[in-house]
Amino acid sequence: MTIVELMAESIDVLKTNKMRTALSVLGIIIGIGSVIALMTLGKAAQQSTVERISALGSNMLTITPGSESEGFLRGGGGSASTLTYADAQAIANEDRITTIDEVAAEYSSNAQVAYERNNSSVSVNGVTPDFFSIRNIDIESGSVITQSDVELLNKVAVLGPTVVTDLFGPGVNPLGQTIKINGTSFTVVGVTAEKGSTGRFNTDETVYVPLTTAQRGLFGVNHVSAIYVNTKNADDADAAENQLGYYLLELHRIKNPADADFSIFSSSELLATVSEVTGTFTTLLTGIAAISLVVGGIGIMNIMLVTVTERTKEIGIRKALGAKRRSITSQFLIEAIILTVVGGIIGVAVGVLISMFLTKRMGLPQIIAYESIGLAVAVSCVIGIIFGWYPAQRASKLQPIEALRYE
Amino acid sequence: MLSIKNVTKIYKTGEIETKALNGVTFSVDKGEMVSIVGPSGSGKSTLMHILGALDVPTSGTYAINGTNIEHMKDDQLAEIRNREIGFVFQSYNLLPRTSALKNVILPMAYAGVEKNKRRETAVSILESLDMGDKLENYPNQLSGGQKQRVAIARALAMNPSIILADEPTGNLPTKQSSEIMDVFEDLNKKGHTIIVITHEDEIAERTKRIITLVDGKIIKEEKRK
Repeated sequence: MTIVELMAESIDVLKTNKMRTALSVLGIIIGIGSVIALMTLGKAAQQSTVERISALGSNMLTITPGSESEGFLRGGGGSASTLTYADAQAIANEDRITTIDEVAAEYSSNAQVAYERNNSSVSVNGVTPDFFSIRNIDIESGSVITQSDVELLNKVAVLGPTVVTDLFGPGVNPLGQTIKINGTSFTVVGVTAEKGSTGRFNTDETVYVPLTTAQRGLFGVNHVSAIYVNTKNADDADAAENQLGYYLLELHRIKNPADADFSIFSSSELLATVSEVTGTFTTLLTGIAAISLVVGGIGIMNIMLVTVTERTKEIGIRKALGAKRRSITSQFLIEAIILTVVGGIIGVAVGVLISMFLTKRMGLPQIIAYESIGLAVAVSCVIGIIFGWYPAQRASKLQPIEALRYE
Repeated sequence: MLSIKNVTKIYKTGEIETKALNGVTFSVDKGEMVSIVGPSGSGKSTLMHILGALDVPTSGTYAINGTNIEHMKDDQLAEIRNREIGFVFQSYNLLPRTSALKNVILPMAYAGVEKNKRRETAVSILESLDMGDKLENYPNQLSGGQKQRVAIARALAMNPSIILADEPTGNLPTKQSSEIMDVFEDLNKKGHTIIVITHEDEIAERTKRIITLVDGKIIKEEKRK
C-alpha cells in the first residue's frame, strides 16, 4: 500500500469518529496555539522595550553620583552629591575626551507647580541646553532652555504636554504665562512634544528649568543628579565610558577605580540587559506552553491506544489478508500524524489570531513570530511520531489469531 | 500442493500444557475439495490456523507448493497468507465502513498490484459471484449470504493455491448455506483447491474427501464419489 492510500484510509477512519478526532486535535491546537501566542507576545514585548530604551537616546551615557560598588540599587539616582555642574563643564571642555559630542547636566526633584487655582506636584528638572537633544526631547512650541538662561539663572520654564493640560486646561496658550514653582514665579517659554513614558521617566509630566535656577533658586543644592553624554558614534560607547571614567577619577583625585564616587552606564548596556531579561521570560513562557503541547501529545497517544484496542479485529483481518508489520505500523502512525498536523495547522491559525488580538490590546508592536510557526508545525509532526509510535507498534505486534478471535 | 507431516501444537497456560494437535499427517493435491470435521475441542481450529499460516506448529513440518513455512517469521508468513491462501471465515470478517469492492481490493493493495488492475480484477470476481450490482455497498447493507460472497471474492483476489473456509455456512440460513456450497463446488470445478472446516455433516458430505479429527488426531479419512 502506498502512503497516499494509507492516508486516504486514515482520513476515512478519522471522519467516522468525528467527536473523538475533534477532542484529540483540540489538545494539540491548544498546545501549538499557546506556544505561538506566547512566543509572539514575548517577542513583541522585547521589541517594545527596546524601542522605549532607544527613545532615551541610543548612544547616551549616563553618569550618576555614588560608587559603582554599591551597585545599581542606590537610594535613587542623585542621592549622593559627588557630581557637580563644574564636572560637566570640565568634561565638555576636556580635549583628551575625543569620543563625545554633547554634555548635559541635570538636577531633578519634585515640586509644587501652580497656575492660578490649578496646581500639581510634578518632577522639576534643572537642565542645561544640550539635555533636550541628548534625551531626544523635541520642542512642540516656543524654545528650549538656553545657555544664557543657565548663566543668568533666568526664571523660565519649559513644560511637558501633560503639565500644560493639568495647569491650563484646553484652549489656553501657555507661552508667556507665569506659573509658580514652590512659590517662585517662572515664565513659560516652551512646550515639549508628547513622548510617552519611558520607564520611570515620564518626560510629558516634567517641568524643565535652567539647571542653575533649580540648584540655587529652588532647591538650594550645589550638586547634580546626573550628567548625560552623547557619543559621536554609536560604537564609541565603550571607549567613551573608559575615557570619561579615567578623566573623572583624575578630576576627583581618586587613585583606585574601586573607590570611584560616580558610576557610568550606557543605554546600549541597558538595552542588552533588558533584551536578555525579556528573552529569558519569553523562553520561560514558551517552555510552560510547551508543557501543554506534551499533554496534547499524550492525549493523542491515549486515543490511539483506544483505537488500536477497538480495531483489534480489523488488525487481525488485515494481517490474515497479508498485511505486514510495516503496513500496520504506518497506518496507525499516519493516523496519529494526521491528527497532530491538522491540530498544528489549526493551532497556528489560532495562535496567530490570539497574538494579533493581544498585541493590539496591549499596545505592543504588531509582529508575528514566524519562526514559531515553522517550529510549531515541526514539533507537532514530531509529537505525532513519538506518541503515535507506541500504539502503532502495539498494533503491528498483535498476533493474527488473537486479533481475529477478539470480539 | 500442501503437505503436513507429524504436526503437533502445544499450548502452555502457566504450568499446564495442552496438546491441541498430536501428530497430524496428511496432504492435499491440487484441485481437491477436502473437508475437515470433528467435534469442538478436537483441534480443528488449531489445524486451520496452521494450514492458514496464521500460526506455526510446535513440531513437525508444513509445506505449501514445496516451500516449508514452519520456521518463518511474521512478515514472511504474512506474504504466504497473501499469495497462497484465501480465507473465508464463519463471521465473514469483512472490514466495516469499507465497500464490497474495497474489501476485495485490500489483499491486492497489500501485494502492491497495480491500481487499475486491482479494480478490474475485483470487479470481475464480484460479477462472477453475482455481486456486480453491490460493488459500492457496505457490509452492513448486505445479507449474510451476500457478505460471504464478498468474502469469497476477497479470498479469490490473489488467485491463491488454497481456499481455506472455516465454518463458511455457520452463520447462514439453510438456503443461503446451500447456495454458498454451490459456489465452492463451482470454484472447485474451475480448478481451485478448497479446504472446508466444519462440524456439519451435510456440508462435509458435499466435499470429495472427509478428514475426521478427534483429540488432535486424525481418526478417519474417507473418499467419496
